[in-house]
Amino acid sequence: MQRERNEKKYEFLYHIADAKFRAYGSTMEEAFENAALAMFNVMVDTSGLEAKELRKIEITSPDIKMLLAEWLSELLYLFEVDGIVFCEFKIERIEKTGEGFSLTAEAWGEPIDLSRHRFDTQVKAVTLHELEVQQDDGGFWVQVVVDT
Amino acid sequence: MPEERKDAASILTKVNDYTWDIPMTYKPGMRVPGRIFVSSKLLESLEHDTLEQTANVATLPGIQKYAMAMPDAHSGYGFPIGGVAAFDRNTGIISPGGVGYDINCGVRIIRTNLTADEVRPRVKELIELLFHEIPSGVGSKSKIRASDAELTDAFLHGAKWAVESGYGVKEDIEHCEENGYMKIADPSKVSEKARNRGKPQFGTLGSGNHFLEVQYVDEVYDEEVAKVFGLHKGQVTVMVHCGSRGAGHQICDDYLKILDKATRKYGIVLPDRQLACAPAESPEGQNYFKAMAAGANYAWANRQVITHWVREAFSRFFRRDMDDLGMNLIYDVAHNVAKLEEHVIDGEKKMVYVHRKGATRAFPPGHPDVPAVFRNVGQPVLIPGSMGTPSFVLHGTQKAMELTFGSACHGSGRVSSRAAAKREFYGETIQKELAARGISVRATHPSIIAEEAPGVYKPSEEVVDVVHQLDIARKVVKLMPMGVAKG
Repeated sequence: MQRERNEKKYEFLYHIADAKFRAYGSTMEEAFENAALAMFNVMVDTSGLEAKELRKIEITSPDIKMLLAEWLSELLYLFEVDGIVFCEFKIERIEKTGEGFSLTAEAWGEPIDLSRHRFDTQVKAVTLHELEVQQDDGGFWVQVVVDT
Repeated sequence: MPEERKDAASILTKVNDYTWDIPMTYKPGMRVPGRIFVSSKLLESLEHDTLEQTANVATLPGIQKYAMAMPDAHSGYGFPIGGVAAFDRNTGIISPGGVGYDINCGVRIIRTNLTADEVRPRVKELIELLFHEIPSGVGSKSKIRASDAELTDAFLHGAKWAVESGYGVKEDIEHCEENGYMKIADPSKVSEKARNRGKPQFGTLGSGNHFLEVQYVDEVYDEEVAKVFGLHKGQVTVMVHCGSRGAGHQICDDYLKILDKATRKYGIVLPDRQLACAPAESPEGQNYFKAMAAGANYAWANRQVITHWVREAFSRFFRRDMDDLGMNLIYDVAHNVAKLEEHVIDGEKKMVYVHRKGATRAFPPGHPDVPAVFRNVGQPVLIPGSMGTPSFVLHGTQKAMELTFGSACHGSGRVSSRAAAKREFYGETIQKELAARGISVRATHPSIIAEEAPGVYKPSEEVVDVVHQLDIARKVVKLMPMGVAKG
């Protein structure tokens, strides 16, 4: 089980109308990075994408689950407004602060090009429904339901 | 799955053939019972999560009568899709989770003077034109470059702004729920982020289940009411289904975080964080309501702009002017919205915040909010089918005021996930099957078609029949699709 999971960055779970996934990592940072990867793969196959454009992201949230939701929401925002489809993520660190939790990260991707990128349905938003951030023997796992 | 079905039936108490209750003993904290309006056939496909989510809604402060689920209900996040709940203005709450991200996702139907026989031979070309004229799909860009002032005006005045800016005619406004804009809207409550997302997407259809459909009247159930609505057998109609795009998504997202804090501040205990809420009349609650209304107005403006482009495309395609084509708007309804409405509860008139998440308002004859032209027959209730299945126009009844806070279903409801649909169906095959039935589908690529295949939805006839049998709205006409354009 543990070895199996280490090979897997994320997996999709059943949801009738929206998309639900779990992402894994040996660190919480890695689990958050893989959650971002899972979210973009709901919309598009990111495997052929190149890391050409960089966006630096800083987020502070009252708790760790909200930090996860806000991290993904921020990426969605940049996807829509700056028109970048992201494929690589590097979270420097997730820290506990006085007010809650914070993260600093880099997100890499390429400008949306409809002649090359084949999008399925759009992720509209990151919900708080069944949102999880957990640690167990195998490392960290997070769970997210996104509205599609 | 079979275990879930057995589970659902064992939890529910049958009230009558179309009404099933979730008893208050089902879950700690329930303030009222849950009430699911389904036939025994639809009950078979009801997910356990839909019951769970309905029961969660029943725990919210100030809820009146029942937490309800319409016949097309399926599980969502927070409220179920197809959820209806009313909260007392003074003791109740308001919740973005009861409206959803796509604020005022809704549908409208435009009539024409064209007949199905005239359009059928050219429908493929027509759909191709509509697909190109109305931007859709992920990353599509609007043809409009809205200024900041225009965006503010759209948040304030919705369809009215669009008409005054040249996208449509004055009569269109009277044929929209709320006359195309909620007056409570306050753009100062909308974040810069929501503005940035909304601006480039103004006048775009979006993706997912949003579509543009050319249809024809296949069957008339009530000649008299059909006449009032301007509909007759064999006539071509156009349906537009879309919402508030990134603007609405961001407004919901922003306020979910604000109300998440408010939930703790006001000591409200929730079974699901997505139900974040605040007392309806609190500053947090009212700020959300005003921002939500701005989002709803954006959606009405969006559908109005698209309507104008549809009319232009038809006019060019058929080489006839718009007046000659008789492309009047029949009506426009919101599917995802909260409204402050007066309802009679236990014999007393009360102001309540009615949340409809994937449900349509269905007001009866004589109601002051029904446009004067429909006052004698009730509000047109528009229920879209899924791709390739019929849509229906119904009219509102008094019974809906008694049973469902003046609400009916909003569509046919999913029974299968997008991922499963993509595994099970092959987009090109669906496209060919539909073409063989005379339905032309144009999408950005085939997997979009697979995700929305007719087989992933409950049969629209079955859902609408429950509404009709309950008498919360009555069937007027059935519309069959001829062509669909989607993102």
